[in-house]
Amino acid sequence: MTAIEASKLARRRRIRGLALTFGRFAIMLATTFLGLLAVTFFIGRVVPIDPVLAIVGDRAPAAVVERVREQMGFNLPLWQQFFIYLRQALTGDFGVSVLTTNPVFDDILRVFPATLELATVGTLIGAGLGVPLGVIAAVRRGSFADQIVRIVGLIGYSVPIFWLGLLSLLLFYARLKWVAYPGRLDVAYEYTFTPITGLYLFDAAWTRQWDILWDAFRHIILPGSLLGYFSLAYISRMTRSFMLNELGQEYIVAARAKGLSERRIVWFHALRNAAVPLVTVIALSYAGLLEGSVLTETVFSWPGIGLYITNSLQNADMNAVLGGTIVIGTVFIAINMFSDLLYRLLDPRTRMR
Amino acid sequence: MKPLLTVNKLSVTYPTRTGVIEAVRGISFELGRERLGIVGESGSGKSQTGRAIMGLTPPPGIVRADALSFSGVDLLKAGPATWRDMRGSRMAMILQDPKFSLNPVMTIGRQITETLRHHENVSKREARRRALEMLEAVQITDPERVFDLYPYEVSGGMGQRAMIAMMLVCGPELLIADEPTSALDVTVQLEVLGILDRLVRDNGMGLIFISHDLRLVSSFCDRVLVMYAGRIVEELATADLSKATHPYTRGLLDCTPKIGESRHPLPVLERQKEWAA
Repeated sequence: MTAIEASKLARRRRIRGLALTFGRFAIMLATTFLGLLAVTFFIGRVVPIDPVLAIVGDRAPAAVVERVREQMGFNLPLWQQFFIYLRQALTGDFGVSVLTTNPVFDDILRVFPATLELATVGTLIGAGLGVPLGVIAAVRRGSFADQIVRIVGLIGYSVPIFWLGLLSLLLFYARLKWVAYPGRLDVAYEYTFTPITGLYLFDAAWTRQWDILWDAFRHIILPGSLLGYFSLAYISRMTRSFMLNELGQEYIVAARAKGLSERRIVWFHALRNAAVPLVTVIALSYAGLLEGSVLTETVFSWPGIGLYITNSLQNADMNAVLGGTIVIGTVFIAINMFSDLLYRLLDPRTRMR
Repeated sequence: MKPLLTVNKLSVTYPTRTGVIEAVRGISFELGRERLGIVGESGSGKSQTGRAIMGLTPPPGIVRADALSFSGVDLLKAGPATWRDMRGSRMAMILQDPKFSLNPVMTIGRQITETLRHHENVSKREARRRALEMLEAVQITDPERVFDLYPYEVSGGMGQRAMIAMMLVCGPELLIADEPTSALDVTVQLEVLGILDRLVRDNGMGLIFISHDLRLVSSFCDRVLVMYAGRIVEELATADLSKATHPYTRGLLDCTPKIGESRHPLPVLERQKEWAA
């Protein structure tokens, strides 16, 4: 067998393994999603909010209530209701929000990108700073730098984020005027700018409206940094402990015996191995932010999904709450699957053969 | 001929909260292009000796010596950069268990070419060629396939051969093998030892073979140092092993089973305080 054939064979084997993995993921995804829908359906039936009364009001005559109940299919057996619900959910029909009078799906299309953008900025900052800080803390264990990272992390983890948000607004917006006021865009742009995806940074860059890009950046940077700081605290601690574990391994001694530089040993050999569990940590923290951080969104008037669901909840708008729950659940599933895939890519041992 | 390695009064100490631990307590020996075995029990300081020569004593360990030189280089004065240049290219070390001493997320081929490309300015293709050559030299029959495998995909014996290939690919003058066969099956041990033996002989390397297995060392090395509690208690040519005089060495020899002879009960080592003095 020639060299090329051998490596080709190995590659083909790996590709087939990957395809198999994807297939398995698809099945897992479908079942998890079904479970999610079942749970939301169940919640929708047991909460003490009558969806009929929510529409017709509690002063409607009994005949009207009865008619609407039939129209909405609540007189059917439960399993039929579930299938109707399934069909609707799969076609993106979550009903109409009582509060906004829009279809819930449209509402979510509007609010979710705001959260997605904020959470992405937050995770980029959190992972971008948290991982290097964690690595440094691990390499210089017990040093001054390690203590600093520890304290910074501890503060980020324990200080209430709304308090930090208000204080930072006071400082960076009111005093220093470095950043823009709460909201996603200046009022001046709000009516001239038509978003495409709803991710303002992306949309503005895509349409080459650099002034809007800058303005959106000035709005997102403060809440984004705060969420970033929050996830940094967690990510840096986890990075540190994963790195300490890897740096104590024998293959690190072997790498030193090979004469590699300390930089390569730490940032390539050790970090590449620590990255395997780190992916899961970062993905979970990202998913957590995607649920919508209600406090941050409230403080910064960020029209995200956390704020949307909270408002709907307070107004007994069950369609919106359940729709939002499904979206968040879906995102959670998707990110988990994605991190699993990444895990497999990073760690050859978990790949299927 | 000048010796390849001179060790004079080498000591390795670890300061701890409860006092200083002396892992190696002033040992001296010289090594030419020969095979030197260091035997001793766990904690006798044999591995620490090997790591100190490689400059791999983990902090907070302190290495002291009256002289420590390797083919003309004074290792006591060597800075980190000098060490790095020498490790992997002029002196190399094989560790005990390939399950832990190979990076699990890198292919074997990549780990071998990494050593090469770090020390020598070679192209990717050339590095690959030499790595494959090296894999062949450690008697891997299908180097092309093994090159692309990850460490978890190969057996212990195969992994240890890959380890040897990784460490010898730059052609070092000194090899420190720290229990290179202890994690392997007995049948594979001999194979790996045979490979090591041939490579050391063919390339005229100096070898320090660290082991707790006196028999193995005596069948494989020219000379044996017996260590106990951080000191060399006896130095012997392997041919003279049966003439060992130190009671510790004698005790070890008496414990080894022989075919066709009953040794019940096995003699128990009666440790004397003065051995460690």
